[in-house]
Amino acid sequence: MTLANEQNGSVARSDERLKKVSTLTAILRRPELGAVAGLVLVTIFFLLTANPAMFTLAGVMNFMAPAAQLGILAIGAALLMIGGEFDLSIGSMVAFAGLVFGTALVVWQVPLSVAILVAIAFAVFIGITNAQLTMRTGLPSFIVTLAFLFILRGLTLVGLKWASGGATQLRGMKEAVAGSPLAPLFSGDAFPGLFTWLAQAGIIDTFPNGSPRVSGIPVEILWFIAIALLATWILLRTRFGNWIFASGGDPRAARKSGVPVARVKTTLFVVTALCATLVAILTVLDAGSTDARRGFQKEFEAIIAAVIGGCLLTGGYGSAIGAFFGSIVFGMVLIGLTYTSIDQDWYLVFLGGMLLTAVVFNNVIRKRVTGER
Amino acid sequence: MSTSQTPLVEVRNLVKHFGSVIALNGVSMSVNHNEVLCLLGDNGAGKSTLINTLAGVHKPTSGDFLVDGQPRVFSGPRDALDAGIATVYQDLAMIPLMSVTRNFFMGREPLIGFGPFKRMNMDEADNVTRDEMHKIGIDVRDPQQAVGTLSGGERQCVAIARAVYFGAKVLILDEPTSALGVAQTSMVLKYINQVRAKGLGVIFITHNVRHAYAVGNRFTVLNRGKTLGTYAKNEIGIDELQNLMAGGKELQSLSEELGGTI
Ligand SMILES: Nc1ncnc2c1ncn2[C@@H]1O[C@H](COP(=O)(O)OP(=O)(O)OP(=O)(O)O)[C@@H](O)[C@H]1O
Ligand SMILES: [Mg+2]
Repeated sequence: MTLANEQNGSVARSDERLKKVSTLTAILRRPELGAVAGLVLVTIFFLLTANPAMFTLAGVMNFMAPAAQLGILAIGAALLMIGGEFDLSIGSMVAFAGLVFGTALVVWQVPLSVAILVAIAFAVFIGITNAQLTMRTGLPSFIVTLAFLFILRGLTLVGLKWASGGATQLRGMKEAVAGSPLAPLFSGDAFPGLFTWLAQAGIIDTFPNGSPRVSGIPVEILWFIAIALLATWILLRTRFGNWIFASGGDPRAARKSGVPVARVKTTLFVVTALCATLVAILTVLDAGSTDARRGFQKEFEAIIAAVIGGCLLTGGYGSAIGAFFGSIVFGMVLIGLTYTSIDQDWYLVFLGGMLLTAVVFNNVIRKRVTGER
Repeated sequence: MSTSQTPLVEVRNLVKHFGSVIALNGVSMSVNHNEVLCLLGDNGAGKSTLINTLAGVHKPTSGDFLVDGQPRVFSGPRDALDAGIATVYQDLAMIPLMSVTRNFFMGREPLIGFGPFKRMNMDEADNVTRDEMHKIGIDVRDPQQAVGTLSGGERQCVAIARAVYFGAKVLILDEPTSALGVAQTSMVLKYINQVRAKGLGVIFITHNVRHAYAVGNRFTVLNRGKTLGTYAKNEIGIDELQNLMAGGKELQSLSEELGGTI
């Protein structure tokens, strides 16, 4: 099959033209460098300016919860961006999935497991629709999914009025899932026993009555970490990961080399829609209701977090763990400002500034590291 | 060449239209075991279109396409690769942002592990890449470096090494030596011979008549989307072949004008 068996010449393993790659250079090559640097800077900033309560266990949970909700979307968006496409409909998808999930629970009164399956089925359908429209028409996914940003948001409004009899809010999810064995996976705090024990042992802060101030880790944080690890492993270590990079780097070359580009991109659109659905399930169960503004503008925040995490807008380069750190930066600034005397509305200024810095930085890094000519 | 055996790949009256453009207008050719078929012709004659069709990139508009004597329709390049047809494309089909190793194994990743824990065997991939590149005469400094940082010739060598490594039945090379140095070019010609000696069929596209004559067993000449003719090596001389390659234009006068060096 190969010529390897015929020639057994010894192969030199070193090369005099190669400077020893220091650990520093190896780190500089990583796409998530920018997000880690941003996280360090933001942490230092808040250590200096914020009320120390921000970095207590309760404070950390406080900013990690919104970071997790955004991060689950951002990791999906990052994978899709590396695969060379955008999905601007994820924010609206959160609202739409919230509607489907809520309607299934409250109106059709099916068990939680069935409601989740129904929501997943809708997500798969919308992901495939986005993918097929993008690939069949050859239009940029930017435009196709922009249309779905409006379509899904509108459908959510119409659907909510229909399901709730005229309102734009649907209530009663908490009651509907009470007692369901699946509920602890998607709502509340994990490991309450451990935290009670830690409180009794005096390791973590307690209220005067002896119960822990933090009763457990909010489940969305665990989902966030698990998805970040899984996505990173898939990207860097699996065949599908190689296909994602290839499909985003140059779809024609990838296809010619035997990568099933259409299948890869379709899967990624579905994954993004599923991430939005997971966020919908988590936040709807958390709030006990769903409304038409759920996930509003989250598509932009998710894409920005992915870009801060090192994803190139042109595809083929980026990292899931970078999007993870990028989302934490977001959560920190959003919540951190409330621990300072700074006006919270600076958040938006920060958001834009961070995006600009990240894009410029990514461009420079890409040119230097990958030797683009 | 014996005509009794079934060709590995054969096309008859292949037609390929791109909208209103007629790129191929009835091309016939075949390649056998143990044979180097040189595909020759002017710029725009349709050589790349023909091999892209063989490699599954394009679907033919009409005509017969046989693999091992059986009619086949490839739904994409993956099918062709699965059938043992590996190609060095004229545009190389490399991804600049990805590492040499990831490019080398793109679409054909070596896996270890079981079930859901199946993953790419990166160490093996790195070693194979380095060894295969070393054999073709390029010392890859670091298999994890991005292909975009390689020189044009080095990149071409990655594409060739990749196709030779994965080609099990037919190896297609579309102007593989256009950017190569003298040593690497000789290496590639030597490779073509080695691959043929192992029993594979090779389709070799070049504009260099001496390269073609050095390794080719048969020559199919295309002109404006049609087959001008197919000649065994003992039927045709190198000068005659060169004239055919130029689409029948007389090169003599041009050659004299330039001092007789082409
Ligand atoms: N995708 C396409 N769409 C439209 N026309 C095309 C397409 N691909 C090739 N052609 C046309 O088909 C003809 C043959 O092109 P092809 O690339 O096969 O030539 P070639 O023989 O490989 O030439 P060269 O020696 O320059 O590589 C050209 O006139 C080209 O313009
Ligand atoms: Mg060509």
